Amino acid sequence: MDKIWIHAEVNGDKPATITLELATKARSLGGTVEAFAEAGNAEMLAGALGEYGVSKVYSVDIGDSLAGPAIASAMAAQIESGNAPGLVMFGSTYDGRDVLARLSVKLDRPVLTNNIDVAEDGGTVKCTTQIFGGQTVVETAFKSEAPHLANFRPKSFAAEPGNSTTAAVESVDAPEKGKVRLVERHVEERSGPVLDEAPIVVSGGRGLGSAEKYSMIEDLAKALKGAPGASRAIVDAGWVPYSYQVGQTGKVVKPNLYIAAGISGATQHMVGMKGSKNIIAINKDPEAPIFGIADLGIVGDVHKVLPALLEALKGK
Amino acid sequence: KQIPDPANPGALDPSTNFLKRDGKLILDESDAYGVEMALQLADKAGGGEVTLVSMAPNSETSGLRTALAMGAAKAILVSDDTLAGSDALGTAKVLAAAIKRVEGADLIIAATEASDGYTGTVPEQIAALLDLPSITFAKHIEVADGKVKVQRQTEAGYDEVEADLPVLVTVTAGVVEPRYPSFKGIMAAKSKPLDEVKVADLGVDAGAVGIAGARQEIVTVTAAPERQAGEVVEDDGTGHEKIVAYLEKLKVI
Ligand SMILES: Cc1cc2nc3c(=O)[nH]c(=O)nc-3n(C[C@H](O)[C@H](O)[C@H](O)COP(=O)(O)OP(=O)(O)OC[C@H]3O[C@@H](n4cnc5c(N)ncnc54)[C@H](O)[C@@H]3O)c2cc1C
Ligand SMILES: Nc1ncnc2c1ncn2[C@@H]1O[C@H](COP(=O)(O)O)[C@@H](O)[C@H]1O
Repeated sequence: MDKIWIHAEVNGDKPATITLELATKARSLGGTVEAFAEAGNAEMLAGALGEYGVSKVYSVDIGDSLAGPAIASAMAAQIESGNAPGLVMFGSTYDGRDVLARLSVKLDRPVLTNNIDVAEDGGTVKCTTQIFGGQTVVETAFKSEAPHLANFRPKSFAAEPGNSTTAAVESVDAPEKGKVRLVERHVEERSGPVLDEAPIVVSGGRGLGSAEKYSMIEDLAKALKGAPGASRAIVDAGWVPYSYQVGQTGKVVKPNLYIAAGISGATQHMVGMKGSKNIIAINKDPEAPIFGIADLGIVGDVHKVLPALLEALKGK
Repeated sequence: KQIPDPANPGALDPSTNFLKRDGKLILDESDAYGVEMALQLADKAGGGEVTLVSMAPNSETSGLRTALAMGAAKAILVSDDTLAGSDALGTAKVLAAAIKRVEGADLIIAATEASDGYTGTVPEQIAALLDLPSITFAKHIEVADGKVKVQRQTEAGYDEVEADLPVLVTVTAGVVEPRYPSFKGIMAAKSKPLDEVKVADLGVDAGAVGIAGARQEIVTVTAAPERQAGEVVEDDGTGHEKIVAYLEKLKVI
């Protein structure tokens, strides 16, 4: 492919990890890699993304609205004027999906979503996705005309710098602005490492019995300098916020160590964590599916094993 | 959306590679939140009604009946053999055309993603086709003075956003507690209007939907590599020591 575009996003004052992952993958497919970003982030991203092989960052003024309509219209305007890529890559993120969906309608192109890989094979672009909770891998080819539109799950690609340049910034017009007004941003206080970037993740599930017992998970995460996570069962029950959820509809994590306590191991949970290097599971049911992928499985009661473990770690 | 019961393992039809959708369909749990949200908002507004719009094969209505039993007033179902193999954009074109038949809709609610296909793009594509503002990932919705105020989930927390009606909003799981249909509701649902329409009735270009409109082809389907199970031990009071030993081996303590 001669040219690939990525939708570039930020996390605080840094590029989002997914953006670095997309840039790395795009670079490996050969050709030019360019990014589209909100105007407020473009300079910072240009500084950071050059190293990852991005040669230009298109800066789009989205006004006081959401990213979707403005960035999609800026991309479409470039394409109509003859500046068209072979592929546009998005993260399966909040804003990434909005831009992707709006662009697909503007260009009347299909989308392939939740991918974990992409390849070009004799002029055909193919995306790989996992279905049925990660048990089946499906490869789908675009039969439409380029530009092809696809989004990717976080952690599908490693993020590796490969150049030592800075990208140029080019301001481009967004013919359409979103009609949603952004009134205020709320940033929730967080302490400790972020769930999807932590080297150790300790997750709890319904087997904890009650919301109060989740403190054992937080204590263990703290003792190991990791991040606490959760199954959807206890997120839906309101014990912890959605941002803690690991799995198909939550975060994808690939830590060095994942500890699952009182989690059965539903396929939708496992698809979010089975890429972990090491897995320890604690469950009172010897038949729990989570033991099928655990490196160390303890058949036991979380109310006994976790307190004993926390006590033992105090001396370490 | 009406989907196969997620409690049963999904399967692909080996001849077409489409998701198997035979057998009874149920109301997607993800949409139960949207139905409940719509009912509560209509209630708070002191009037107004909730219309369901769905696309599903084989004139399937059991999921719609569940939502009617919860309290929705009526339903439009698009069911047509030519829709088999539709992708997200094709589905959005059909649903957008069906939504146009609902006169004076102020608010269109969908889930952030469906439980079976989960492309997560259909609602925003519908909004784009109808040229409406859209707010995805809502965790709280208020309607007043011709405006919607939404708390939209973000990576760092949430954004407070607002837009003038009409607008499309997608809701996340758990935003409200979906009610169980009452016996009275179930009985009432049986006589509520349910309008079934075909692609031709909607004025949608038949070439833009179904497998032809999808413009994509599944080329391979393979089993994912399995991860090997390790050691599983019964806790005899020393389970935590096994964990400590493992943590030491990993040098994380
Ligand atoms: C479309 C869809 C998407 C989904 N997405 C996700 C997702 O992103 N993430 C996710 O996690 N789930 C997801 N789910 C839900 C998933 O199917 C499971 O329902 C959920 O993961 C179960 O959570 P759990 O393991 O905590 O609860 P359960 O399945 O109820 O398991 C509890 C476990 O705790 C054990 N236990 C009980 N008491 C004790 C004790 N005292 N000590 C030790 N063990 C004990 C039990 O043996 C059991 O194995 C999704 C489902 C659908 C349909
Ligand atoms: N066939 C359908 N009928 C009704 N609603 C649908 C249909 N497909 C998608 N939707 C709505 O759009 C949401 C997101 O779908 P998806 O983009 O497929 O993940 C669903 O949860 C539904 O609210």
